[in-house]
Amino acid sequence: MIEPFLLRALAAAIGLALLAAPLGSLVVWSRMAYFGETMAQASLLGVALSLALGQSLTLSVLAVAIIAALLILLLGEQRLLPLDSVLGLMHHGSLAAGVIATAALAGPSVDLLGYLFGDIFAVTEADLYWIYGGGAVVLGVLWLVWQPLLRLAVHHELAVAEGVPARRVKAVFMVLLATTIAIAIKILGILLVIAFLIVPAAAARPFATTPERMVAIAAGIAVAGVLVGLEISARSDAPGGPAIVLVLAILALVSLLAASTGLRRRS
Amino acid sequence: MPETTADRQGGGRGPAGEATCAVDACGCSHAHHHHGEVMSRPRASLPLDSAALLSARGVGLARSGRTILEGVDIDLHDGEIVTLIGPNGAGKTSLVRVLLGLERADTGEINRRRDLVVGYAPQRFDIDAALPMTVERFLRLGIAANRADVAAALAEVGASRVIDSQLASLSGGEAQRMVLARALLRRPNLLVLDEPVRGVDYAGEAELYTLIGRLRGERGFGVLLVSHDLHVVMGASDRVVCLNRHVCCSGVPRVVAKDPEYERLFGSDAARAFAVYEHHHDHAHDLAGETVATVPAGSQPAASETHDRIEQ
Repeated sequence: MIEPFLLRALAAAIGLALLAAPLGSLVVWSRMAYFGETMAQASLLGVALSLALGQSLTLSVLAVAIIAALLILLLGEQRLLPLDSVLGLMHHGSLAAGVIATAALAGPSVDLLGYLFGDIFAVTEADLYWIYGGGAVVLGVLWLVWQPLLRLAVHHELAVAEGVPARRVKAVFMVLLATTIAIAIKILGILLVIAFLIVPAAAARPFATTPERMVAIAAGIAVAGVLVGLEISARSDAPGGPAIVLVLAILALVSLLAASTGLRRRS
Repeated sequence: MPETTADRQGGGRGPAGEATCAVDACGCSHAHHHHGEVMSRPRASLPLDSAALLSARGVGLARSGRTILEGVDIDLHDGEIVTLIGPNGAGKTSLVRVLLGLERADTGEINRRRDLVVGYAPQRFDIDAALPMTVERFLRLGIAANRADVAAALAEVGASRVIDSQLASLSGGEAQRMVLARALLRRPNLLVLDEPVRGVDYAGEAELYTLIGRLRGERGFGVLLVSHDLHVVMGASDRVVCLNRHVCCSGVPRVVAKDPEYERLFGSDAARAFAVYEHHHDHAHDLAGETVATVPAGSQPAASETHDRIEQ
């Protein structure tokens, strides 16, 4: 008989895997990995906010992630610095601010590691409602904007010239991404959440011929990573989130290496 | 001739030797204006053409303090092929971006007819290999078309064999044709092609323009072509708009070139004026496409350098 806490961890991770596959694929296609990383790391300020106000962690992180996304968009309009420099600045700045704010509010005994890497074995029933309820809403909205998002990912200018309302569609996507980060942060931590999104998508790419197939393969790979990672974690006492992400990263590396040697043989 | 010369010297539009378009002689142009006195511009009073698919007046655009476009008027009509020519850096692509709404102009107004449907083929179509997608899927994305429609559109542009290819595996020429097929599948009433012959060989180029001319005849859409190659322009367009930040001239080159009354109508200035434009190449074409002597030797020290730039 599996222990209830392990069962909850499994249910949470599988739910997140299914949510991560389409969002992660879109992040990869739109070259937004660093953007998402910055949003996630800014979320530590959301943790501090929830400590300060005594509000729900998920809602605080959601609010801060959306504000961070808006700030990035605003700073992206200036032309003096490239976007990756702006993101680097925000990413480290907000992480530093978050660590200081969290420590100041919760005292030196705060479990910073728990926020950075999550605690998959501390999943509560309420977390599961967030993952499956919130996740279903995110996937439903994503389904509505899937086609315009694909058109923007193929060729941004062409899509805009053809009348795709790029700003609105991207804003919706950013809110969906922020929501996903907020839902996943307690379980995977601010440092691992984006990896959990993009690594399965990266691993799936060599085997995919359509966008939807890439999402399906990514979901399968993410679930496999969850199962193997949690098994390793249960047997060896390794922390759950990092174990899952490590397994996924190894799968992605093998997949990409196989693809590049396969290409070399063909050419 | 005196007007042209005066214009070139007194225009103050940049350093000597910079591409300067002095083709007022084609008769349909407005005066040059450089100071943005909107009210005093002779043609500023012309209202937007509401019958046109797309009509723009006084479009101005500046980036980082540099003027990119200035007082540009342009109208695009049903069934008309308009070619936008001008040297590199003349603002051709910027103007297209403004007309398509990809960029907001700083000044001026643009009217898009209510029923306007744009088929657009951008200058560059680089696909990120991270996104797996076949040509067929892309051509049906956001367009009500079945596989047979897609196959027909690809056949039209001579790219039938790529229908099941991945987007990322297309060559430059194939991608150009594929994106033209998408533009046609949208059943546009305005086709906008930015340097459509990039990555297409010379024979393919002629073929492409023949195709565009034929489809225009069949479907009656308006066409806006962007080119830096005057030679191509001569055979393909109904009207040429020469741009160098402002509209230097607009005219009907092919008709003009073949018309025996050409000299009487426009004098030798027009031919010479095109030669003035063309001397940015190391050779020039007259209006029949024959190579002619450029301006006197010594007056164009940077000819070989600009040749590389333009013929890239």
